[in-house]
Amino acid sequence: MQQAPLLEVKDLACERGDHRLFSGLSFTLAPGELMQVQGANGSGKTTLLRTLCGFVQPVQGSVHWSGQDIGEWDDDFHAEMCYLGHLNAIKDELSALENLQMSAGLAGYTLSDQQAVSALRRMGLQRREHLPVRVLSQGQRRRVALSRLLVGDAHLWILDEPLTALDVGAVGLMQELIGEHLSKGGMTIFTTHQPLQVAGVQTRQLMLS
Amino acid sequence: MNRLSLFGLLGLVVRRDLLLAMRRRADVLTTLIFFVMVVSLFPLGVGPEPEMLRKMASGVVWVAALLASMLSLPRMFSADHADGTLEQMMLAPQSLSVLVLGKILAHWMLSGLPLALIAPVLGLQFDMSAQALWILVLALLLGTPVLSMIGAVGAALTLGLRGGGVLVSLLVLPLCIPVLIFGAGAVEAVNGGMSAVSNLALLGAFTLFALVFTPFVAAQALRISME
Repeated sequence: MQQAPLLEVKDLACERGDHRLFSGLSFTLAPGELMQVQGANGSGKTTLLRTLCGFVQPVQGSVHWSGQDIGEWDDDFHAEMCYLGHLNAIKDELSALENLQMSAGLAGYTLSDQQAVSALRRMGLQRREHLPVRVLSQGQRRRVALSRLLVGDAHLWILDEPLTALDVGAVGLMQELIGEHLSKGGMTIFTTHQPLQVAGVQTRQLMLS
Repeated sequence: MNRLSLFGLLGLVVRRDLLLAMRRRADVLTTLIFFVMVVSLFPLGVGPEPEMLRKMASGVVWVAALLASMLSLPRMFSADHADGTLEQMMLAPQSLSVLVLGKILAHWMLSGLPLALIAPVLGLQFDMSAQALWILVLALLLGTPVLSMIGAVGAALTLGLRGGGVLVSLLVLPLCIPVLIFGAGAVEAVNGGMSAVSNLALLGAFTLFALVFTPFVAAQALRISME
């Protein structure tokens, strides 16, 4: 059954410096849908995702969440979304476990040691939970950042290049996680240069040029 | 899932910044050692005349405290900005002002509070009386939070700029002059046989005033610098 779209983008235009990246962009995203943003380097993929988060004000157009402009949503919209950018937002000095608990805290909820450890294990970080992140590899750091997706209850996942530095196993795991998220009525919008197929879900493509 | 209250969030941010500082102790120690060095240079440079030293003591300690707190300001948000944590803070479903207040509190505990605690030891080099030392500590405890709070606004405004470290000092130092005047004035009042209450009350008023508006202003400045 097709559900009403929660995320609506209308006639969006964004600039970076004085350079117009895209204009007249409109799309909707309904629960259970997966959307891939494609485009060459510098075509505005990251800017689009950051606009959806509310970091960047669009030059024109609007972004609506459940029928209301995200600017008017205040902070409640942020409770319903999870953004993962180019930067991992993890601290080298803290362990993987502490990092996950702190990010959960910033996202507004507390996480028990057990919940955090099981999320990290699921991401393939067994016996790495208490090591400082400094000694982990790039791929493992990315896994620590991605484990945030497992512990939150956000509806909308906004993922900017989630597969950077991940090995084949972890890419498979991400496909599985996104599949689970969508089957629970979640939505995902992401950018990637690697192929990402989720079983049983049609990936919608958005081309920026 | 357990939702975090506003105070829970405040506690979490303070705990997090203190934990990070404990894992990176050198940063905290450099501020403190800088303070000790600057204050200790004066008796060596001006000569051992007790009368003159007593007179300039509070001013020297306050100026050194001001400079020392400038030293740690650029670090307030820059690490979080560089590794993307600041983005996640903007997306926190709770108030960004509270988050900033947490960072300010942690910054004060790591820069202002240690200075106030070590000041009496340094005051001895200037032959300060016991009563003057007490007032000095009290004035520092009341006044240094303002430095962290105004500093947070400056640090947020200059985030991501080249040469932001110097710029933040140029921006913040003039705004801290009232704190310097009344902070140093408190000790001078006691030395002159008067009561320091009016100076201390004004310092307290500055702190309360800054507490009301600086977290909000710093949060807005952070939003602007994220674009």
